[in-house]
Amino acid sequence: MAERRCPVDKQLIIRGVTRTSLRNFFFWILPWSGILAVGLYAIYLCLAVGLNQTNMDNRFAFGVWIFLDLAVIALGAGAFFTGFLLYILKKDELKAVINSAVVLGFICYSGAVGVLMVDVGQPLRAWFTFWHPNVHSMLTEVTFCITCYLTVLAVEYSPIVLKNRKLKQVPSLMVFEFEIHKVMYVLAGLGTFLSFFHQGSLGGLYGVLRGRPFAFREGLAIWPSTFFLFILSAAAVGPSFILFMTWIVSKISKKNLVKKEVYSLLGKISGTLLIVYVLLKTIDTLIWINKTSPSVGFPAFEFYAWNPFGTWILFAEIVLFGLIPALMLLNKKVQERLPLLVTAAVLACAGVALNRFVMTIQTLALPTLSFDPFLSYLPSWQELATFGAVIAYGVIVYSFSFRYLNLFPQERDLNQL
Amino acid sequence: MNTELKTKNRYGMVIDLDKCTGCGACMIGCAVENNIAPAHQNATDRTGITWIRVYEVENGESFPDNRTVYVPLPCQQCGKESPCVSVCPQKAVEVDPSSGIVGQIPVRCLGCRYCMTACPYHARYFNWWDPVWPQGMEKTLNPDVSTRMRGVVEKCNFCHSRLQAARAKAAAEGRRDLHDGEYLPACAESCPSQAIVFGDLLDESSEVSKAARSEKTFRLLEQLGTEPKVYYRSEQNWVRSIAEKKVTEMKKSANRVGGEAVPRG
Repeated sequence: MAERRCPVDKQLIIRGVTRTSLRNFFFWILPWSGILAVGLYAIYLCLAVGLNQTNMDNRFAFGVWIFLDLAVIALGAGAFFTGFLLYILKKDELKAVINSAVVLGFICYSGAVGVLMVDVGQPLRAWFTFWHPNVHSMLTEVTFCITCYLTVLAVEYSPIVLKNRKLKQVPSLMVFEFEIHKVMYVLAGLGTFLSFFHQGSLGGLYGVLRGRPFAFREGLAIWPSTFFLFILSAAAVGPSFILFMTWIVSKISKKNLVKKEVYSLLGKISGTLLIVYVLLKTIDTLIWINKTSPSVGFPAFEFYAWNPFGTWILFAEIVLFGLIPALMLLNKKVQERLPLLVTAAVLACAGVALNRFVMTIQTLALPTLSFDPFLSYLPSWQELATFGAVIAYGVIVYSFSFRYLNLFPQERDLNQL
Repeated sequence: MNTELKTKNRYGMVIDLDKCTGCGACMIGCAVENNIAPAHQNATDRTGITWIRVYEVENGESFPDNRTVYVPLPCQQCGKESPCVSVCPQKAVEVDPSSGIVGQIPVRCLGCRYCMTACPYHARYFNWWDPVWPQGMEKTLNPDVSTRMRGVVEKCNFCHSRLQAARAKAAAEGRRDLHDGEYLPACAESCPSQAIVFGDLLDESSEVSKAARSEKTFRLLEQLGTEPKVYYRSEQNWVRSIAEKKVTEMKKSANRVGGEAVPRG
């Protein structure tokens, strides 16, 4: 987005920063709006005609949408974890990215909830979970926590919106924003609590599947090991995703948005958590291979006998997209070289996305009965268009937020220098 | 979540695979009894609805040693740690404490399909289309079974409406208990070779209970600990081995004859 000095909407843009012309911004938004429009049409088809518009079926009951949900919710964990580090652990350096993290979190969670509403066969019955909750179901916990946390994120997003130059001129809104800011510590704590639970429950969704020995895990009390691994992996890649997004926004807008130390700090936090995750994931995998899976009559190697899901996928998940980015993120030389740091962050994010893919798609593709075939599934255009709509929605909301809101408080000072 | 209940009755079935000819009468009987609409023109093997699916399984040998068995597969009515019961977020799947039957409540179902993901037997079906009956055929609908709508999951419930009817009849006659064979699901009744024996597994004198205790019976995926209440029986060793055979071994043997196990219908 090339810069112009005085865009028409200058009055809405925060003081001291420059933004591209409204015309350039329009042409940036246009293709994303097109993708969003196609996606909205696909969503309409799925809601009006039914889920027969997808390529899911009775055997592949979850598809690309659930993978998308799990992936974006893991990446959106940057919001709660940054809030936790800033407001609870007092890592003040992260003030530089907290607003952006909240917006990203809001986009990820609202996008996920939106897709879930299309994915279920009877979206108007969503409230039934609150009315007839099955307390034994991990999905109940996910539903409650995601709904509550999305509300928290919306409340956290509102002061960022209310700080807009024009909206600030309304005294009552300014007072409201000030009051919300006072309870931000409470919201951050609440967000952390809710996030811990639903990230874990998303892992628990698969870990409790006794009928799917590929996913089934033993654990602590009612929680399978995947419960804890999902929390840890989400907390680990959240900062990496923020790092990557800050870098890419910086590249597109051609501006320095945060100090270099912020990138290094995000990398260090992500790397530290990722190395712990890789260690625990390795231990968990070894227990599963040697104990859990054989105990129910399924030698674990059998699961990797079906192409294309060979042992390479396990190697990729733990080493290529786990250990290697973790070591890179922790390396001081890498921390000082932004392109390498961003590469490591992207690898880490890809690793968690791969983990969510494996848990969703590979679990369903594998046979359980001895006379079962191995199943394949390719999403329909409606599924892909809906997937694209979530990405486009995210880009549009973030673009507007970046243009009119103060997502990076250091931007003004850095670009004046 | 342990779903094992101390029930008064525990209904189950034994399917004799040596008697099953794979004719599909059980599927038809089930569909008629339970108001399963004709498949949509675009429905496939994986999107159609049949509460009991007959799989064709081969032994993987070449002629003249090749053998085929037909495996009818309804909901296995897991008696313990039922995978689908614990996962449903809104209690749309429940175990009937009086009969041990795992029931589905379609009017409460959200259509999230988590239960389908959890079921190792793939015995649950989603309504991908609105159910439509050709003009005039709606007159054949069973008034004792409610129809389902698009976007919800359904599955075999051992023709629960027949249990209600049998209980009502027994009550009218002043009895509390049902006689063996008084309550039969449509599949058991419609099987021309009488391959399906149904009854109360807790009643030691019942035919099904005796058959279930036979050395030649087995259950599918018994090692998962879900205590299915559907038993299979065969005199042939290779047929009984499908309960334990490794899926990769089965795949190899299926490949030898150039095909895989395929569901019928």
